[in-house]
Formats: sequence, C-alpha cells, structure tokens
Amino acid sequence: MIKQIYNLNYHRFNSKSILISWPNLINDDVLFDVLSFKKSIQLTNKALVDVINAYSSLLVIYDKAIDNIYDEIESLKLVYSNKKKDTVESKIVWKIPVCYNDYFGTDLENISKKTNIDKDEIIEFHYKNTYRVCFLGFLPGFLYLSNLNKRLYFPRKVQPDLNIIKGSVGIGGNQTGVYPSNSPGGWNIIGNSPVNFIDKDKLHKISFASPGDSIKFYPIDFKEHNYISKNLDSYIIESEVIND
Amino acid sequence: MIKIIKPGLYSTIQDKGRVGMQSYGIPCSGTMDSFSSNLANKILNNSGNSAVLEITMVGPVLEFVYETVICITGANLSPLLNNKIIKMNNPIFIKANDILSFGLLKSGLRSYIAVLGGFKSEKVFGSRSMFKNLTKAVKLAKNDVLNFNKDIIFKSSKINLNKTSNIDNKIVVYKGPEYDTLNSSQKDFISSKKFRISNNYNRMAIQLTDLLSNTLEPIITSMVMPGTVQLTPAGNLIILMKDCQTTGGYPRILQVEEKSINSLAQLKKDSELWFSLKI
Repeated sequence: MIKQIYNLNYHRFNSKSILISWPNLINDDVLFDVLSFKKSIQLTNKALVDVINAYSSLLVIYDKAIDNIYDEIESLKLVYSNKKKDTVESKIVWKIPVCYNDYFGTDLENISKKTNIDKDEIIEFHYKNTYRVCFLGFLPGFLYLSNLNKRLYFPRKVQPDLNIIKGSVGIGGNQTGVYPSNSPGGWNIIGNSPVNFIDKDKLHKISFASPGDSIKFYPIDFKEHNYISKNLDSYIIESEVIND
Repeated sequence: MIKIIKPGLYSTIQDKGRVGMQSYGIPCSGTMDSFSSNLANKILNNSGNSAVLEITMVGPVLEFVYETVICITGANLSPLLNNKIIKMNNPIFIKANDILSFGLLKSGLRSYIAVLGGFKSEKVFGSRSMFKNLTKAVKLAKNDVLNFNKDIIFKSSKINLNKTSNIDNKIVVYKGPEYDTLNSSQKDFISSKKFRISNNYNRMAIQLTDLLSNTLEPIITSMVMPGTVQLTPAGNLIILMKDCQTTGGYPRILQVEEKSINSLAQLKKDSELWFSLKI
C-alpha cells in the first residue's frame, strides 16, 4: 500500500508543547500516518512528557519550556520525513459484549422512530461493523471509534442527560462509543457493555485498547450481561489477531 | 491525622496531578494555583509533589490529632488557630487537638494548606488529586480523616519570601490553533475587550460573561489542555482549567500561558481580565 505524505501544520500550543495537524479527515490513512509519526517521535528519546493523538492531530508535550520553537519544529519535520511507513499497523480486534435492548438502550425507540429503521436492524447495523480505535479522550478510558454505519448517524441530544450509566453504548452524530464511567452526556444510548474500559490497578496498561486497534461488538442477553458484571475480576476480554 | 469537623465549600487534596496520562483520556488535575501550592511546600521543605489541601472561598474546620507543622498560602481566608489569627506564608507549629478554621475571604479564591511531609491520601495513576470516578473521595466531607506522616522532623527553609502572590488580571495567551480562522474584528475584540468572569466557574472551566460573535465551524475532535480558551457555538468564551477533559470539539482560539493559569485560579465572579497576546 502506497501511503501519502501529508502537508502538516505545526503550531506552538504553549511554552511546553507543539500541536501537529493533518488535513481534517477521519480515515485509516490519516490515522495510521498520525500513529506512525507518534511512534517515531517517541523513539527519538527526547525528554517528552507525552505524545497524544486525536483523529488528525498530535500534541507533543515536552518536560520543559521549548527554547527555540523553530528549531524544534524543524527537528520534528525531519523525524516525519525519515519515519518508517510501517511502524504502526495494529491487527488486534477486541470483542466487546453488548446487551442491546430497551432496558439499557433508552434511546433505541426514539432512534428507530426518527430514522424509520427497526430496532433489530439498528442493533445489527451496530454490531456488524468493525470499528477503529482512533484515540482516547473525553473521559478516562473513553475510546473514540470510527466507521459507524452511515444509516445510524443520529444527532447528539440538545439537552445532555445528567447521568448516563457506566457501560452505556451510545451514538452521537457520526460517532459511537462506550461510556467507561457514569457521566453526564449527550449521546443516544442503544445498549450496555458490562466490561471495564479502565483499569485503575494497571499503570502501564490503563486501557486494554490502543489507538489503531479494532473493536467488534457482539450481542449478549440480560443473563450474560449480569454474569459478566458479577465476574469482572476473572473476565478476560476476547481478542483476535487478524492477518491480511 | 486530621479530623474534618466542617469540610468547607469545596476542599480537595491536590498534588501536581496526573502527568503524561492524557492519552488515556485522564485529566491533568493538580492544584489550580501551582505557584501558591509550590510556595507552601517550599516553606515546609516538602518535596515538590507533596499533596496539599486546596480550599475554596469558605474554609474548612480541621482538628489535628497529632502535632505537625503546616503552611497556608494563596487566597487570604483569614486563617485562625484555636480562634487566633495566624500568619500566612509561614510555618505554623501545630499541637495535638489544635483547631484550624477560617474567617472571611479577604483576597483571591483558593487557599492551600500544606502539611509537613504532605498528605497521604489515596493515590490513583500516580497522583492523589481527587477526581470523580478515579479517587474514592471527590472532595472532603464531614468526619473524614486526613493522614500525614507524623514522624518527619521540620527543617526551616531559607526561601526568599519577597513574593507570596502573583495574581494578575492581565492574562498572557498564545494564539490558539484556530485563532487564525477568526476575522479581524473578532481578533480586535479579544485583544481590546475587558472580560469578566461569570458565575460559571469551577476546577474544570471558567466561563466569561461577554459573548463573541461566532462564525467558526466546530472542529474535528482534537486535544485541549488546561488554559485552552474555547469558543462555543453560542459565542461564549470558556477557559479550561485543571480538571478539564483531554479533547474537545469547539474552536480553540487562545491558549493561556501556564503562569497566568495561576492568576485565573484566584479570580472570582465578576473579576475583570484582559488578554495579552504573546507573539
């Protein structure tokens, strides 16, 4: 696969950080270019606090104020032009159980009415697609996923709900995701996953998923949801490595 | 050990926060005014990341079970020890059963109480900073207890105390990533207007009262940090603070310099501020 070299924008974010922006696109080409640049920067062994990515941007945070911003941007540009094209290509697919029903999916009915799609079809459209983990943000352990079926695009609520429960699977505009903890939020809820998206005991592996991995949801019933919820300590999230 | 007789309006344990965890969606947290919290730790010769108590507007009432040394910095909430006024920015020697309380807020908004050796509360992801869904406690409550190491021996520090506050209503900012998409009248407004702090302010964000006509499109979700100034679709300016989310979708028109975040932490409702753009 021939990969594009993008025209990037470098911006001093504050005294200690530089923001790198790609064209405003949500797709695998951009994401994997972002992630391979991220990895190359991390491998330069500079004194970095963090390198954070979103769909089409990278934030490089240094441990102290940047002396000469122009020199630093030039050295980042050099890392970009020398980076290996295949440093990141995740093949892990995480299998996430979701109980889709009216009890958990408090907005299923409304989405179905407004879109004229049967509830069963909404559920099937949701678990048939494989989603890309683009980055984490919003809440600790919240995964931003791409590749939602276009027929499920549904606007966020004008008035956010005050308490969306942990594990809620929602749709907000062209995005879908799972609330890792109880939180206010404006997404439309279609189901609930019993698994933990954040592990407070694992400093080195706070979230099971990393940007670039894939997520596949599969439907479970009430009983299974209940069983997994009660046995989370011994529950291991299934995963699969795919070879293309 | 300290018993919480009254928790005060909003009192939390804070240190330097969760550094380098933002790629997991974990907020930075940490003391809002790190100038003042650092000063308190320095005066006690504590290590730089020692946890302090951040108190807001109305102070708590605390009973000390053991003797120790404390230091209070930041906003002046008229601190009292056994009902007698005590000095701020100085080591204060505490005996068993002493009661620390507070009176009227005379200046600033947030005050810091450092204890010799730092508070020893629950640590999650390398930090004791209280945060919903991470630490068990979100803020102090009545009858809570706070622990510290009572066996540390106090050594006075030779810190130069010519500066105990650095509050400035001039907020130094960098251009935000979306600054250049503003038109010239919007840019003029930002650099000439005196803004005021609305009644919407907390550890996550400060909303300003004055609206800026917004013609910008939302952005594709990207990183934000404490100090990011967002422009909402309704034209509100929101300055993100230490407990802010790690990503956002509103245009980021300015980024407050780290030192000015300390000033923002001490400005209360109706305080005036203006932006000084750093080129």
